[in-house]
Formats: sequence, structure tokens, C-alpha cells
Amino acid sequence: MNSELIEEITILPGRNRQGNPENFDKITIKPGNTISIVGPTGSGKSAFINDIEIFAENDTVTGRTVLVNGRCPPEEYVRDPAKKPVALITQNTKCLTDMEVSEFLEMHIRSRQIETPGVLKKTIDLANEFTGEKILPDIKMTSLSGGQTRSLMIADAIVISNAPILILDEIENAGIFKDKVIEMLKEYKKALLFVTHDPLVALMSDRRIVMKNGAVEAVLQPNGTEREALEKVVELDSILCRMREEIRAGQLIRIPALT
Amino acid sequence: MKLVIIAGPPSAGKTAVARQIIRHRGGSEKIAFLKIDVTRAFEDKELADEFGIPTKKIYSGDLCPDHTGVMIMKDAISWAEEENADLFIIESAGLCLRCSPYTTQALGIVVLSAVSGINTPLKMGPMVALSDIAVITRIDLVSQAEKEVFRERTREVSPGLDIIETNALQGTGIRYLLRAIDEFPEITDPEKIVLRGVPPLGVCTICIGKKEIGWQKHFGVIRKLNDADYMYRGD
Ligand SMILES: Nc1nc2c(ncn2[C@@H]2O[C@H](COP(=O)(O)OP(=O)(O)OP(=O)(O)O)[C@@H](O)[C@H]2O)c(=O)[nH]1
Ligand SMILES: Nc1ncnc2c1ncn2[C@@H]1O[C@H](COP(=O)(O)OP(=O)(O)OP(=O)(O)O)[C@@H](O)[C@H]1O
Ligand SMILES: [Mg+2]
Ligand SMILES: [Mg+2]
Ligand SMILES: [Zn+2]
Repeated sequence: MNSELIEEITILPGRNRQGNPENFDKITIKPGNTISIVGPTGSGKSAFINDIEIFAENDTVTGRTVLVNGRCPPEEYVRDPAKKPVALITQNTKCLTDMEVSEFLEMHIRSRQIETPGVLKKTIDLANEFTGEKILPDIKMTSLSGGQTRSLMIADAIVISNAPILILDEIENAGIFKDKVIEMLKEYKKALLFVTHDPLVALMSDRRIVMKNGAVEAVLQPNGTEREALEKVVELDSILCRMREEIRAGQLIRIPALT
Repeated sequence: MKLVIIAGPPSAGKTAVARQIIRHRGGSEKIAFLKIDVTRAFEDKELADEFGIPTKKIYSGDLCPDHTGVMIMKDAISWAEEENADLFIIESAGLCLRCSPYTTQALGIVVLSAVSGINTPLKMGPMVALSDIAVITRIDLVSQAEKEVFRERTREVSPGLDIIETNALQGTGIRYLLRAIDEFPEITDPEKIVLRGVPPLGVCTICIGKKEIGWQKHFGVIRKLNDADYMYRGD
């Protein structure tokens, strides 16, 4: 798919909102890395991932520069969708394209010049693993729910775009099986960046980039020190998931067996 | 002086794109701006306040805004030259989908919004087909897949068209537009500037004020409902 193998992506510092330089040397991302980007609302999380998506050349509000394999990436990485190594799933959960799911995916498959049979079905099947509400091929994109749209866009990014770097802006807000998504994405050996407020997603990543005032404030590398916390979060999350399902099913909730 | 003509449907982000151009080039170049609209426009005041550049507007009223552009363009170029502009940006309201405002010796930019309907590029006819570059705005509001599908549709209208995707509020992707402006030649001879393409020949008796309904009451360009796919197509 890509002519050149993506070995690493390097982010060089820019400036915070007051114009002061950011406090890091460089941030390197390699295939298989999972990174979460955290920080308060308005701290610049979306701006950070947008810089990566567009391979900023000191020409965005943040002044950052993003390199591929240590060099300025070729223009086609940004401008030719078929060569673009990054797929960004935005914070928006609505698709405005007035087409049926299968029509939409077919058009995307065509624009990517993919001829392998079965790609359409594979995409919809994968999307249906991420959501409880089944997506049918002949439903309109505009009538998909937020969770369905997100699920389909993630499946599309994996199967059709097949980009080595995947960026997801707040997947937890979309009512999808986030643990399933993370597990699946790890299996596909992608570099993953999550913008998140969710403890489970944050703790499941190997690195955490902390944003503040438009700048990277810190890069945390827990190196296993958070293992216990992660176990606790997984446990709590499974309780919450179960309760959520029970509430959805219209049941009364008994005190859960907290351990 | 270089001339840039920006067209596109209402609220597509034409002014947002013009702002990005001015923001990036205004430091080193003198820029003049003209808005051609039908009845109301605010860009002249907004951009003059924001960037301190010379601006102007003209209302086309009952005339097609693209035709108005042709009518006043020579005056407008003289005005921009008197202002010592290095770059002259004309934003056209682009409401008349039969015509297009692009001329020779000018870089023609069509601005389309990624959140408008998927068929928008197909409906824009010459405004897309005769442009040099399509700038697609609001990509911040759509997914990668939607971007690619919208791009595919735009290419259907004009296969070789240079497409630039941008979040026009942040200026992502604008670097390619700036480069295209860099590479575009200056006006060589204003006397020789002509409208690109062939303007549609579609004046009918309604244009001259006959208001009765029914083709029986009209003459010249006459069509019945089931006559043809198109009411009328000029050569
Ligand atoms: N999110 C987002 N909003 C945008 C973008 N481009 C423009 N807008 C917003 O869309 C609205 C309309 O943009 P304008 O630039 O005024 O559109 P226009 O084509 O000049 O509109 P008219 O001249 O009135 O026809 C404004 O509120 C812009 O801030 C974009 O890329 N992303
Ligand atoms: N370094 C910077 N310099 C100037 N402006 C910035 C910088 N970083 C971010 N901004 C601007 O600040 C605003 C908020 O940033 P952003 O949308 O990235 O926040 P966020 O962390 O994603 O917030 P939310 O959690 O609400 O999604 C945006 O308009 C963005 O362009
Ligand atoms: Mg955000
Ligand atoms: Mg405008
Ligand atoms: Zn017209």
C-alpha cells in the first residue's frame, strides 16, 4: 500500500497558547505503540492529533513539525488519500453523506482501488463486533446512531483505509465496545493514538501524553507501575459494563459483587 | 499583481479560505479584496477591520453575480493596482450555477464544503469544471472515509482537478494553496483578460419581464415539460 515503510513518526515541539516553546525534545511513535493523549477540555488534544494527521510543517496554530522516518514526508502522504498513512476518527459521531452503507463503502473501496473481493462484508462484520446495534448494508449512513457511525468508521479505517497509524478522538463517548476496539486494533499491529478521558483506555496505553494550555505538559511512561491500577480499572469497567447492559435491558440493579 | 478568483456556494467557506491566504501572505505582500454578492455582504468591513487591507464590495442586484464580475473586473483591477496590491482576491457569491466567474490570467478556486450533500460537486457544473483548484473545507467535521468519498465525487466532475482539503478555521492544508498562488503568474495584460469557457446563452422572455405562466405566452426559447432533458442549453 505505502511505497515506503513507516518505521517511525517524530513530533518536534511547537509553542503553547502564549507562544512559549513546548517542554519536550521530541516524541517518537512506532508501529505497535499505543499512546493516549489526556488533558482538560480545550487543552489542545485535538490540535495535537490534527498536527499528526496533516504532518504539520510549522504551519499550524501550534507550530509543531511532524516527520516520517526522520524526514519531511512526501506531499502524497497528505494529499493522496490512497497513500496517506494516517486515519483519523474524529470526535464527530454523525455521518452526513446521504448514501446507503454499502454504497458509501463501495465508493470508498473504489477510490482506494481495492479489488479484493469480500472487503465490503468484512468491514460491516468488523463494525458489528464493536457495536451492540447491528448495522445493515442497506441502511442510510445518515440514520446510523452515533455508536454505529463510530464503529463503521473504525472498521473502515482498519479494513479499507488500512492505514498504519490510527488516531481516535474520544472513542469512549460513542457507546461502543472500546475494549473490543483496542484489542482488535492491537491485533492489527497499528500505531494507535487515543484522545481520551477514560481511565481504561488511558491505562491500556504504553505512554500518556499530558496536554495543558495548548502544549505537551508531560509524557508519562508508566513502565508497568500502573499494572495494579489497570487491573482495578478493568474490574470496575466490567462491573459498569454489566450494569449498563442490565439497565439497557430494563432490569433493576442489585448491589454488584464488588471485590 | 496576481489575481485570484474564489467562487463556491453560499457559506461554503470562501471567506474563511480568503482569510487564510491573507493571514499567511499579508505580512510580506499588499493584498486587496473584492466581494461580489447579490444583495448583502459583510466581508469588506470584516476583512478591512481584521487585516487593515483595502477592500470593496459590489452588489449585483438583479444581474447574475458572475456577469457582474465580468462587467466590473477591469475597473476592479485598476483599483487594486492603484492600491499597489501584489495580490488581488475576488470572492464571488457564486449563486448562478449556469455561469462561472473565472477568467484568464487569474487563478480560479472553487470552495466546497465537505458537509454539504455528496452530490454538491455534481450540481456545480462549470463552477467546478472550469476551476484550477477545488478547496474542500470543513474536513474537521468528517471522517477520513467521508473525505475520500467526497473527493471521489469531485473528481467525477473534473478528473484532473487539483484538490486541497482544509479545515479553513485552522488553516490545515492551506500550504498547498499558498504554493499554487506562488507558482501562478502575475497578470500580464489586463486588456486581454477574458471569461473562461463559454457563457450560457439563456436569455428568455421571462428575463425581459413577461410573467404569464405557460410556454404558449412566450417566444424565443420555448420548451414544453416533456420536450427534453434540459430546458435549454447554449452552445
Ligand atoms: N468547522 C469549520 N467551519 C468552517 C470551515 N470553513 C468555514 N467555516 C465556518 O463556516 C461559516 C461560513 O464560512 P464563510 O467563510 O463565511 O463562508 P462563505 O463561503 O464566505 O459564505 P458567503 O460569502 O456568505 O457565501 C463560518 O462560520 C466559518 O467560520 C471549516 O473548514 N471548518
Ligand atoms: N499551541 C496552541 N496555540 C494556539 N492555539 C491552540 C494551541 N493548541 C490548541 N489551540 C486552540 O485551542 C482550541 C482548543 O483546542 P482543542 O480543540 O485541541 O482542545 P481539546 O483538548 O481537544 O478539547 P476537548 O476535550 O473539548 O475536545 C482550538 O481552537 C485550538 O486551535
Ligand atoms: Mg477535542
Ligand atoms: Mg464570504
Ligand atoms: Zn449567471
